Amino acid sequence: MRGINRSFGERRVLDDVSFDVRPGRLTGFLGANGAGKTTTMRIILGVLAAHGGEVSWNGQPLTTQRRRRFGYMPEERGLYPKMQVAEQIAWLGELHGLSRQRAKQNTKELLDALGLTERANDKVEQLSLGNQQRAQVAAALVHEPEMLILDEPFSGLDPLAVEVVLGVLRQRAQAGVPVLFSSHQLALVEQLCDDLVIISGGRIAATGGRDELRRRYGPNRFELVVDPDAGWLRDHPGVRVVDIDGPRAVFDLDRQGTDVEQEILRAAINRGAVRAFHPVVPSLDTIFKEVVG
Amino acid sequence: MTTTEATRVETAAHGTSTWTATRLVAEREIRSYLRMKGFWIGLALVVAGIFAMSILPGVVGAGSTSVAVVGQASDALQSESGFDVRTVPDENAARELVRSEEVEAAVVPDNQGVRVIALSEAPMDVIAALTTAPPVDLLEQGDVSSGERQLVIMVFALLFLIFSMGGLAIAQSTVTEKQTRIVEILVAAVPVRSLLAGKLLGHTVLTLGQMLVLAATAPVALRLGGLDELLTALAPALGWFVPFLVAGFVLLGSLWAVAGAMVSRQEDLGSTTGPVTMLVMLPYFLVMFFADNPLVMTVLSYVPFSSGVAMPVRLFTGDAAAWEAPIALLILAATAAAALLVAAKIYSGSLLQTRGKVALSSAWARQD
Repeated sequence: MRGINRSFGERRVLDDVSFDVRPGRLTGFLGANGAGKTTTMRIILGVLAAHGGEVSWNGQPLTTQRRRRFGYMPEERGLYPKMQVAEQIAWLGELHGLSRQRAKQNTKELLDALGLTERANDKVEQLSLGNQQRAQVAAALVHEPEMLILDEPFSGLDPLAVEVVLGVLRQRAQAGVPVLFSSHQLALVEQLCDDLVIISGGRIAATGGRDELRRRYGPNRFELVVDPDAGWLRDHPGVRVVDIDGPRAVFDLDRQGTDVEQEILRAAINRGAVRAFHPVVPSLDTIFKEVVG
Repeated sequence: MTTTEATRVETAAHGTSTWTATRLVAEREIRSYLRMKGFWIGLALVVAGIFAMSILPGVVGAGSTSVAVVGQASDALQSESGFDVRTVPDENAARELVRSEEVEAAVVPDNQGVRVIALSEAPMDVIAALTTAPPVDLLEQGDVSSGERQLVIMVFALLFLIFSMGGLAIAQSTVTEKQTRIVEILVAAVPVRSLLAGKLLGHTVLTLGQMLVLAATAPVALRLGGLDELLTALAPALGWFVPFLVAGFVLLGSLWAVAGAMVSRQEDLGSTTGPVTMLVMLPYFLVMFFADNPLVMTVLSYVPFSSGVAMPVRLFTGDAAAWEAPIALLILAATAAAALLVAAKIYSGSLLQTRGKVALSSAWARQD
């Protein structure tokens, strides 16, 4: 999507939002509450109109017909409470254009994969919240979508259910389906996302591959463990010490001059034994705070 | 996603998918209502009501009045059938039977002829039987009595009321979709128009289905009640009643849908359905009160909201000429079509507003 704008009344909630979601990759969509994640997703789906900009699919403007082949899991979950699980999911499949038979077949397979087969004939309102969530995932996947847009798909799931849902999503991504999902659970996003889009205050703060973002936004941080004492690092030029605890030191280096860390390693060896020396990969949490803060 | 216009044009080009979506939405509505116990109970009550109204008066009326007579007084009642006559020896015995409520009245000889004795109320049927009525010549022999006429008017008005209020289900179903937020998935999957059309179609089919059940059972009920002539008089009016009911249902159904789309929770439904309920109830009361006023009834039979009841009633009573019904139906259908277009716009404008109540003006103005 390119240059998307959207206002509610006087308030501009999306300002020149542009990013790509690539096929076969899980793209995590991060942002604080009210940053514009849900609005962006609704615009991609055409549930909400953009006030400017364009969403395209393979270089072509995204059409309504194409959108109908997307799978969507809205932030605020919704299924008909008084309808049976399997019947409802199959019905949604048909509504997205599947034949009745295909819809039933897909429903059966999905419920199986998500561990809901025993609940297939229960009404949705009779399910536990976690199971309703699984049913919601099935509802987003039943019509073999060409793209998946999932708003907080993991919230409210226990760790076991997260694994189950994740397995199903990974399988779709491997089949070449682009998956965009938002989440507050940064650790989870870190573990499973290939690409990241970080939005802050209606603007895109950062986009790119997970490792690339780490390199770009994380500090150039190293940990050094020597034998006697690492206190000398404090006086070493170009080193910003984060923490020194006896033989263990954590420090940041400037990015330019990639051989600074080699220089430090040599200095350390000259002073005695080096037990460990390695880069510290920043957590997504750190990057997020860095980018949004 | 360039503009909303582009989206609209494109959707219109795929008419079949819009129709398929409409059909699926309608199917779901029908299926979910057929599964509700309340739906069947309601229908059973209406059918039972029609049977009760046709048969009960006959059954109750058939209970012949028992009369005790003394001596020659019996001659006066002899010619009249329908009385259960018991001959008793004297006036005291007759009084005793009346007092013990074994008979409803007694006829005893009197100086001037006969006297009637009853417990607390003058028995009109016995008095009428004893009176010599003057001959009556009716210049225009009607097929139906005024009692039957009242009955038919009430049944028409009541049926219209019941089915129109049934449209409340559309509002409830819409607000359920908003409240559970499934509406987002639905809107992402199919055009909003299909959602509205499907709901209206589904509930119209449900209403028609119930009408067919009634149309099949009403003649049976009338025949059982011995009201065959009434059936003959009713048939043409009933034939018109069905299309009027369907068009009226689409008109009110559009309003019900808007009422549902404008609020976000079932609890708030009352605030928007109130005006629609008024539009349903008002014609009902007007027709009931002014059934004997030809001028008011003529006006009512052309006004879209009341024509569904008033025109069939006028056809039934013979007040309306044959050409009047199609004109009134046309007006009703045109109004329904206009309401549908307006409703579709407001419906799409308010469907995704899931916080609080949507103002009509803002729903109308919304682009997305």
